[in-house]
Formats: sequence, structure tokens, C-alpha cells
Amino acid sequence: MTEWRYWLAEQRGTLLAIGIFVAMFLIYATNHPAGFSANMVQTASNKATLLAFVAMAQAIVVITAGIDLSVGMILTLTNCLASWIVVGTATETALGVLGVLGTGLVCGMINGAIVIFGRLQPIVTTIATGAMYYGIALMLRPNPGGSVNETLADALTGRLFGVLPTSLVALAAAALLIWVPYSRSVIGRAAFATGSSEVAAYMSGAPIRAAKFAAYTLAGLLSAVGGLFLTFFSYTGEAAYASGNAYTLFSIAAVVLGGVSLMGGRGSAIGAIFGALAFRTIGDLLFVFDFDPLWQPLFQGLVLMLAVSIGAFGLLRVRNRLEWFG
Amino acid sequence: MIAAEPLFRAEGLSKRYGGVIALDRADLTVHPGRIHAILGENGAGKSTLIKLMVGVVAPDEGRMTLGGREVAFGNPSAANDAGIVCIFQELSLIPDLSVADNIMISRPPTRLGMIDRRAQRRIAEDALERAGAGDIHPRALVKDLPLSRRQMVEIAKALSRRPKILILDEATSALTASDVTKVFEVLKRLRSEGLALLYISHRMHEIAELADDCSVFRNGRRISTFAAGTKTDAEVIELMIGREYKHAFPDKPVRRADGRPPSLQCRGLGWGNRLKDISFSLHAGEIIGLGGLDGQGQRELLLALFGVLRDISGDILIDGDKVAIDSPVAAKSERIGLALIPEDRKTEGLMLPMSVRDNLSAAAFDRFARFGIIDRQRQSALIDEMIRLIEIKTASPDLPVSALSGGNQQKVVIAKWLMNKPRIILLNDPTRGIDVGTKQEIYRLLRRLADDGAAILLYSTDYDELIGCCDRVLVMYDGAVRRELAGAEITERALVSSALNVDDSARAEASPA
Repeated sequence: MTEWRYWLAEQRGTLLAIGIFVAMFLIYATNHPAGFSANMVQTASNKATLLAFVAMAQAIVVITAGIDLSVGMILTLTNCLASWIVVGTATETALGVLGVLGTGLVCGMINGAIVIFGRLQPIVTTIATGAMYYGIALMLRPNPGGSVNETLADALTGRLFGVLPTSLVALAAAALLIWVPYSRSVIGRAAFATGSSEVAAYMSGAPIRAAKFAAYTLAGLLSAVGGLFLTFFSYTGEAAYASGNAYTLFSIAAVVLGGVSLMGGRGSAIGAIFGALAFRTIGDLLFVFDFDPLWQPLFQGLVLMLAVSIGAFGLLRVRNRLEWFG
Repeated sequence: MIAAEPLFRAEGLSKRYGGVIALDRADLTVHPGRIHAILGENGAGKSTLIKLMVGVVAPDEGRMTLGGREVAFGNPSAANDAGIVCIFQELSLIPDLSVADNIMISRPPTRLGMIDRRAQRRIAEDALERAGAGDIHPRALVKDLPLSRRQMVEIAKALSRRPKILILDEATSALTASDVTKVFEVLKRLRSEGLALLYISHRMHEIAELADDCSVFRNGRRISTFAAGTKTDAEVIELMIGREYKHAFPDKPVRRADGRPPSLQCRGLGWGNRLKDISFSLHAGEIIGLGGLDGQGQRELLLALFGVLRDISGDILIDGDKVAIDSPVAAKSERIGLALIPEDRKTEGLMLPMSVRDNLSAAAFDRFARFGIIDRQRQSALIDEMIRLIEIKTASPDLPVSALSGGNQQKVVIAKWLMNKPRIILLNDPTRGIDVGTKQEIYRLLRRLADDGAAILLYSTDYDELIGCCDRVLVMYDGAVRRELAGAEITERALVSSALNVDDSARAEASPA
């Protein structure tokens, strides 16, 4: 019985995110003019997957009490790169995919190295590197264009066995193969420890630097997966500044919705995935209820505000007012 | 003295922080299978010694040997690996991780590269059991545990590392009485298993019960080592005090009762279990000192008076009237007229990159603003006057505060609050880390303010200051005022012994806390 309670306490943020998403998706699905169908799920999941990958990336960094404002730009850069190199024969395509993922990995490593060894604040570092990544993207694709191996693209944006959206399977695979081992490794736990209290983590001899480096590197990799999928959906590469920035900002929103503490030390990438799914569903809800699309930003903002407020209830119990600022 | 081969030896260890000598060619010898108590006043060098031993800071000079071999630790984990483990006061636990995660933080059992949570849990349960804290659930989050339980987790964590030397730095200060009993049993068992234990505590009766050897530190040096029980409490206190220098203090005027109600009065002030039933009266023209060891509730008392803490019990009276001070804004309002000069000037007292002018203005905008707009001329006039009055040494009021010396920065903090012309001034250890010359100026300033009718409450960790500056001293222990000293009663001996919660009437056995 008590075991159950502790588990619940550990997973509260993630469970809340799942709850919010399920509730919103049910409202969406039951009011959808075409009804609940495999087709509808496929469309919805394709739209949400991109943000979900970027939100996972953001969550991993935020857990170390950092922030990565370059995730959207890494997505844009890898999208542009993929539109050049993920083409041709099966072997060429495979090498291209590796090249794209490797690029994301390197971008993340650069972020991590600067934050750790340059001792710069993550927020400034990643604004700067993000601008650089965007600059490279612009050089790769001054104008939208390029192409992608369409067989692979269609396979990864279609359905498995006619029902399961492949993009969703890919998302689950990334969570299972990257997040789960990471969060249960010594490095991953050091990342949580660093985010919770860096001084205590240092005094306890936890590998703080390795943890931060791993976090930024994984964030780069996951953003690149997002960039790859963007290419699969759009068949082209585009150095779109506004959309890159939107992905960065929405990733932070998704992370918060997903129960990850911006102060670090608490949360999970799984929660962030559901946060991203929920965030995307807000937009879709407006669509099924026939609202003017002009309402979308306002409405998204309201829902986000509400979700964040839930997390702030704890401050009402504070007995030393100085803790408000801690 | 002791036949067995020493396990650890430190020789000629020194450490300076800026101009302050924290440790001055100190030495120490530690033997296996014994509990060695380290005694000393605030700032005697005990914590610095520990930090050097566990690799938190590196010594400026001197050497350490462990088991006959010279050692130097670059970081805490290197010291832990060598077998020296320290239990700090709740500093090393990670609030958002579970108890089991915390215990096994540095070297968890792994399987296929992942943490083996089942094995980890077994080890954690075992370690908790060994620490006498089997009732703590290994999955509980540390931040959800009360302080005394956290301390037990800290002890379990240290034990799971199988140390050769275990250092307990005030490790019992947050424990409940029943926990203390359990911890003592654990410590005695560890001693019989051949561990060396270094025990730092201010509780004399704990030392009497536990220690085999005692070492007394003073002014950064080891003054004496003796077998426990061979000296009385009074003799130990005698060893701990005794300074090399005395400050010059302004004369204390003789105060006459004028029949007016006290500027500030507390009746039965309490806050959780951190402040207990505190009552005192502070009159205009008076300087009251807050004494006692670090962290006995002095800081909380000042914060409570300044309206920072919530859910305070008891009454606060200003000029005889009951008031509710529910925020710093209310505290500094004209009717109440409080000012709090904070302890950590770098974070709470000053905005370092901003100019002296802006810093001085920060708490007193309404004195020279009209309809919300700052009257520049008035501001300049008031600021120039204040800089002259307090003798802040700055080339211009537009220099950033960070460019000033530590002493002058502290003067800016004090001046900032004087801009408001407060009637009641609370000070939190205002002279810590300040040169002697500036200290003297601050003492003179405090006395002048009191003579001009201010009521001053001064928390200080420097006994000289309490003796030289204060008309009365309240000595705090464990959140309560343990003793009030006035006039000639304020002596170093009285301050130290009441701070340690022992009777100073020269007896060997200590009173139970």
C-alpha cells in the first residue's frame, strides 16, 4: 500500500500530464466530424510528434536546471541538412540519416561543452549557438527546397498494420531506447541530482559535468530526430526562422505541462511527451469547435497559464517568505 | 600518550581566505578505534580543518598522511574513496531524490549499465538499519522528511561508504533525543569495529558521554589535546576562550529609566520549533546583543521581527502598542520604523553592479520622491550627507558598489537603511569578514545612533563585540533565550558557557539539554 503511494508521488507530474492529454484528446475525438478513426489518429500524431521530440530534448536539459533555447534551431538545421543527404539508394539514405543524427549530436555537444567549460549560463549560450545553427541552416537552404527518400518518409509517417501511426511508434521507441536507459543510469541520476541541488551533488561526488554534457548532447540528438521527421512530413528543407523559434518556445511550454520543474531535479521526458501532445491538442480542439483560428494563441496561452498555476500551489504553504524567491 | 599507530596525521595545515587566517599551522593526530572530539568557538578553525580533510578546499600549506602515506584530495569523492567521510549538516542530500538514491548517490550498484534498483534498495535498507533508522522508507523523497530524519539518512549514507575515518560535524544538532540515543549506540559500535571518529559538537554532555580524546582549537590552531574526562567543563571553556587582541569600544552610557514604553517588545514569540517563547524589551538608546552559537535561532528572530516569517505566535509591541508586521514593507513603515541590516551583504544587502547612489536609494525612495517621481536634487543632497556621516570611502556616489572594499560595502548596507531614519535597527552579524579599522567605525556609529535615540538589536558571533558594544546580551540556544546578561555580567566566560548551555559555576557534569 505504501509502496503504491511512493510510486504515485514519484510519477505525479507525468500522470497529471497523461491525464490532461487523455481528457483533451477524448473531447477532441468525440467531437471530431469524422469520428474516432485510425486516419484521424495518424494525422494528429504526425502533427504532435515533432513537438514531442523537441520537448523530450528540452526536458532532459531542464532536469539539470538548465535550458536549451537552440533545440528549435537544431531541428531547423537538421531539416535543411536532411533535405540534401537523406536521398538515393537504401545505403545512401541510411548514411544520410546517420549524418543528420550525428550533426544534432555534435550541436548538442557544442552546447554542453560551452556551458560546462565556458561556465556560461545555458540561456545565453544556447541563444548564441542557436543563432549559429540557424545561420548554417540558411546557408544550406537559402530557399525552401530539396527532397527526401520518399519511400522511407512514407513508411515513417504512415501506419503500422493499418492502425498504429508509425511516428507514434518511433516516439515510443525513442522514449524506451534513449530516455529509460538514461534516466536509470548513474549519469542520468547525477543529472537529476545536479538539477535538484548542484552543491549537494558536488559534495556527494556525483559526476556533475558528465551529466550536464550528456543532457545537452542527448537534447541535440533528439532535436535532430525531430528535424528528420519534419523532413519526412514536408518532403523539403526550409530554414524557417519563425517556426524554429516557435518549436523552442513550445518545447518549454510542453515541458512545464508535462510536470517537469523548471527549477530542475524533477520530471520525466515521458511527461514532456504528453505535455507536447496535450499542447498540440489545444489547437485541434479549437478546430473541431469551429473557432476562428485567430483565437488559437490566446486560448493556448490560457490553458498553459492554468496548467502552470497548478504547480504553484505549493508556494501558498511557505512559512518563510524568503523561500518565495528561492 | 596512545600506543597504537596513528591512522591519520595532519601537520602544519594553514588556510587563508583573503586576509583572514582560518587555519594557522594546525596539526591533528587521529587513532583508529577512538572517538576524538574537536572543540572550539565560532571561527576557531574547526570547519576549515574538516573541509581540508575531506577535499572541499585545498590547504595553502601543510601535509596530511593517512595510514602512513601522504595524501592530497582534489575533491570530496577522492577523500571518500580514500576512506575519509564527513557527515555535514544536511548539506549533501539531494532534496528531489529518494532516500535510497541519496544513500547510493556516488557508487550505485549497476547491471548492464543501469542502476540495479533492487540491489540498491537492499543496500539502502541495510545502511538505514545500521544507522538505527530502519523506519525510514527508502523510496521516500528526502525533501518530504523532517530535518531529524534527513540527518539520519545522512548518517546512513556515510556508513554505506565503509569509511575508515568518519567525521560528524554538528551531526546531532537537528536530532531528536531518541535519535541521539540511537546514533550514540551506532557510534560506539563503529568505534568497537575499529573506525576512527571525529566528533564536532557544542554539546558538552554529548562529548562527555562519547569522546575518548578531546582537542581544543582556538584562532585557527590546536591549543591542547587531552583524554576525555581529565578536565572539567570550566577548564575546557578556559582553553576555548582567551583572545590575542581586544578592540577599543566606545564608552557605554549609564541608562536611566524614563518611564516610556520600550521601542520594541516581544512577548512569547514563537515560530514552529525554531523559535520558542522569546520575550524581551528593547528601549530607545539601548543596544541589546544576541549571542550564542551560530544557528540557534538568532537569524530567524531577526527575520520574524522584520515580517519575513509567516505564522508567528506571540506578540510584538512597538512603543507599547501591539502591531502585526506582515512584510518588510510594513516593518519599515513610518509607524513601526524597523530596519534590518542583513548578514550576507553580497546577496541580501546590496545590488553589487549598481552604483552607491542607487543602492543607498533602494530602501528610501519615498523620502525623496514626489508623486512617484524621484527628485534628483533632494536625492543627491541626502546621499551626500549620508556618505559624509558614515564616512564611506568612494571616489564618487556613481561608482558601482562592487568596486568598494568589504568594509565600505558593509557601510553602504548600513547607510542604505539609515536613509529611512529607522527607530529600531536590527543587525545580523554586521562586522563579519571586515577589517579592524572599519569595525571600530561601525561600533562608534552604533553607539552614536543609540545616543540619538535609536533602539538597536545586534546579533554577533564575535564575543568581544557583544562584551564591548552591548548594554545587555540575550544568549540563545536551540531557539530560545537561554540567558540574559547585563552590564558587568557580560563576560567571555558567561557568554561561552551559556552559549554551550552549561552552568558556568565550574562543575564537571553538564546539565541535560
